[in-house]
Amino acid sequence: MGRGGWVRAALSSRSFMFGLILSLLFLGAALLSFFWTPFDVARLTISERLQLPSAMHWFGTDHFGRDIFSMIMVGARTSIAVALVAVGIGMVMGVPLGLAAAARAGRLLDEIIMRGNDLVFAFPALLIAIMITAVFGASAVNAIIAIGIFNIPVFARLTRGAALSLWKRDYVMSARVAGKGAARISAEHILPNIANLLIVQGTIQFSLGILAEAGLSYVGLGAQPPTPSWGRMLADAQTLISLAPHIAIFPGLAIVFTVLGLNLMGDGLRDLFDPRLRRARA
Amino acid sequence: MKHFTIKTAFAGVAVLALSAGLAQAAQTDITVGMQLEPPHLDPTSAAAGAIDSVTYANIFEGLTRFTSTGAIVPGLAESWDISDDGLTYTFHLHDGVKFHDGTDMNADDVKFTLDRARAEDSANAQKALFAAIAEVNVIDPLTVEVKLSEPNGNMLFNLAWGDAVIVAPESIDTIKTNPVGTGPFKFSNWVQGDKIEITRNPDYWGTPAKLEKATFKFISDPTAAFASVMAEDVDVFTGFPAPENLPQFEADPRFQVLVGSTEGETILSTNNKMPPFDNVKVREALAHAINRQEIIDGAMFGYGTPIGTHFAPHHPAYVDLTALSTHDPELSRKLLAEAGFPDGFTTTLKLPPPSYARRGGEIIAAQLAAVGIKTEITNVEWAQWLEQVFRGKDYGLTIVSHTEPLDIGIYAQPDYYFQYDNPAFQALMEELNATTDPTKRAAMLGAAQATISKDYVNGYLFQLAALTVANAKVVGLWENAPTQATDLTAVYWED
Amino acid sequence: MLRYTLKRLLSLALSLIVASVVIFVAIEVVPGDPASYMLGINAQPDTVAALREELGLNVGPFQRYVNWITGLVRGDFGTSYTYRTEVADMIGERLWISLPLALFALTMSTLIAFPAGILAATKRGSAWDVAVMGVTQLGVAIPNFWFAMLIVLVFAINLRWFSAGGFPGWDQGLAVGLKALLLPAISLALPQASILARVMRSALLDTLDEDFIRTARAKGLTRRQVLRRHALRNAMIPVLTIIGLQFSFLLAGAIIIENVFFLPGLGRLVFQSISQRDLIVVESVVMLLVFAVVVVNFAVDLAYAAVDPRLRSRG
Repeated sequence: MGRGGWVRAALSSRSFMFGLILSLLFLGAALLSFFWTPFDVARLTISERLQLPSAMHWFGTDHFGRDIFSMIMVGARTSIAVALVAVGIGMVMGVPLGLAAAARAGRLLDEIIMRGNDLVFAFPALLIAIMITAVFGASAVNAIIAIGIFNIPVFARLTRGAALSLWKRDYVMSARVAGKGAARISAEHILPNIANLLIVQGTIQFSLGILAEAGLSYVGLGAQPPTPSWGRMLADAQTLISLAPHIAIFPGLAIVFTVLGLNLMGDGLRDLFDPRLRRARA
Repeated sequence: MKHFTIKTAFAGVAVLALSAGLAQAAQTDITVGMQLEPPHLDPTSAAAGAIDSVTYANIFEGLTRFTSTGAIVPGLAESWDISDDGLTYTFHLHDGVKFHDGTDMNADDVKFTLDRARAEDSANAQKALFAAIAEVNVIDPLTVEVKLSEPNGNMLFNLAWGDAVIVAPESIDTIKTNPVGTGPFKFSNWVQGDKIEITRNPDYWGTPAKLEKATFKFISDPTAAFASVMAEDVDVFTGFPAPENLPQFEADPRFQVLVGSTEGETILSTNNKMPPFDNVKVREALAHAINRQEIIDGAMFGYGTPIGTHFAPHHPAYVDLTALSTHDPELSRKLLAEAGFPDGFTTTLKLPPPSYARRGGEIIAAQLAAVGIKTEITNVEWAQWLEQVFRGKDYGLTIVSHTEPLDIGIYAQPDYYFQYDNPAFQALMEELNATTDPTKRAAMLGAAQATISKDYVNGYLFQLAALTVANAKVVGLWENAPTQATDLTAVYWED
Repeated sequence: MLRYTLKRLLSLALSLIVASVVIFVAIEVVPGDPASYMLGINAQPDTVAALREELGLNVGPFQRYVNWITGLVRGDFGTSYTYRTEVADMIGERLWISLPLALFALTMSTLIAFPAGILAATKRGSAWDVAVMGVTQLGVAIPNFWFAMLIVLVFAINLRWFSAGGFPGWDQGLAVGLKALLLPAISLALPQASILARVMRSALLDTLDEDFIRTARAKGLTRRQVLRRHALRNAMIPVLTIIGLQFSFLLAGAIIIENVFFLPGLGRLVFQSISQRDLIVVESVVMLLVFAVVVVNFAVDLAYAAVDPRLRSRG
């Protein structure tokens, strides 16, 4: 498929476009918050707390009188940063492991990597995340590490599976005959051909990372105050929910729409990259 | 599950039958919600206030006891004589007091309790309360003589603490899971992580309790606490953790809200040995940067009394020193500049779990930022707080409520976590301990309050309010919290 | 097959040993001393030392590890530092909430997901399909704790149909217990059902595309017969795998939901124990959960290998 066809296909996929727009919206809000927010999120005005949405405060104010709209903009930054780095960790560590396992399929190295994967999978993820933050203290960095660790086996397994089938292809065979080493083949022939898959999985892990970050901050193990974060906004809102439901509703909706956007985009990408699937689902 | 046996099934049937039979009569059981679950039930070997919240005055009693106003009245000792030199206390015990296991409570038990508490290997969390005791002698089964090594004006007060309740040597080995006391209620069941049940002691020596049964339910989450009261799953919630919800309860005729005083001085504890806080000018600047009313409004939704020193405002000897630390950012910046920090500095602020600390901390951080002091906030669990802040002294600032009654004496311990070392103050405290005359004591307490306030040892914020939400028909609850207790002795349901 | 089983058993044992070491080391470095926590802020150093001795915290880490493991093997999980009761009993007690909750949520999610997934797959492209795909897309995106907050607000605080949380105990009757678990189970089931419905749909679509289905259709079987006799059975493999994964997630991952509804389950036990520095409880619960997951994986692998001999060579 040519480049033009690809773009046309993308433009014609409604759910992909919807996802893309939602994702860009939050990314844009996060970037914009570096330069401008309607109100300063560091300033507390107790006398103006718990105001309902109005022309001045679009989403109302929280229990400290901070503007919730501004908080959500800055909170997007935290969520995106944590999830993005966590996906990065998963890819940087997981993809080479998966490539190595595929190159040495059936041998000891493969066995060790795959068993290691199973082991990480066997740990109840949330419990371990809580343990990590309990051991090293609660912070955004530790949340990243905790989420990142569980991304490693996801990418390793995906990479190994996809790479295994590629190793049987003719052009890889001929590269081997030409005397190229396993590392070089992996880098030159395997990796470019599984990049699509990795991008799709990356999008999905990214959205899972945002959910995980929200969960960890909700239990107080993510970014620390005064850094705004969606999960902590929800935790703060909890006792006030019957008094001022809006302070629980907007951060929750922010999470839902971001995750929804990323998921739609991920699904859309998969369909675009894999025309067979697209046909099947059309 | 091992515990889910035929016995439990029978118990369930029995409870059903009972509740059917009693449907028309006034309610005689109560469910009390509280935030913290006790780690075990021995008040004499742990500091956890939650233990006292369940056991004090209900299961265990001491020689003397606190009333709801904080006054000291006779408990298991019906009277006492104090020798003229203040060194010998002779306690006369009530006759006919029995432990829940049927054994007699007598002078031997008192001697055992006090000797155990002050022993070398004692696990008592308030060992210092008993430090003045030199020996305990049994005169006869109903008379105990306590000899002090030096006069101590606080002795009767000290013996009223939950850490000084009378325990029996026969039941001490299992006290943590099966507490046996002399109180109007007996321990009956504990579902860990959920609830503790106590039932009326039919053989109580004093006025029997009006309730047949009480259940303490542990609900740590403030939202869950709110929801459980709203849904009437609990009849009473003591130490209600979400002050923001109180107006809703007040507006609802189903409930009553009790707002009383506690012994909890909530302070911005400052590491007095850590630069730049070793400079009194910096500490003074800190004090003027703080806006107490904003903290009380923002963190406690208005519940709390501003304090200017480490002393409870409802105490007769209290001196209002809040004027020494008015909110004045201008002055604060000037003081910082004089101390050599015209651009402020950065320090750590470690916050334990209660909302006064977590929310108050965010507000204080914003207030300090306004004068140029940047804070790195770390939320810590209590265990980490004890390890890092209290024992390790690895902190700049922290917020904590000191809930022990009349605890200004901690400022005389130079190795206490805020590391305030003032020999003049230490001498004053020693003198105070040796003084029994009430007027002189009050004057000394006033001087002590002024000393720490003028030294700006800590940021003095507010006195924690005792917040209780209860069903409107429940009568006889304590409004104030002079000590950690949920005294159910006089509680009953109004028809 | 025997050789394969032995090999897998060996790696199972190895996994468990590595896991136990990781757990033990991670928890050993938790900053915080249980003894000083238990005694509180006015405790004196000699008192703390006495308690440390009593709790057996004074021997070296290796000895403590060996003590712990040998205990585990004998079914002795040790004694909780804070509650002073047998950890095995505590876990047993909590399992009576976590296990039914997980099963309840799983049942609910399956009951929702199966019809929804089948409907969407058989009526591909219809309004039904679009609706199922849209709702499940939303279900996956909603954080379960937020959903829990909202349904508590509506059904417990406003409508007062349900208690806002807590657990009255099974001795109050099955209906009372299930009612208490209903809102938490719904919160847990929502995202699970969404995932499962999507998996069900795509698995069915994949099999419906396969040649043998066409053959069966060509032989004159009705759509419904094909679905029941062939397609569903083949689609069950990925679906069951997901259900297996979800069960272990539900058992361990309910921790946040257990907190929202203050259910005294396994997840909350761990959270509580971490903040109380009750190391022995944290270690044992996490180890138990890891053990459960590893063993379930092992069983699933063996079952697959028995069905499909090709898998054995993968090793």
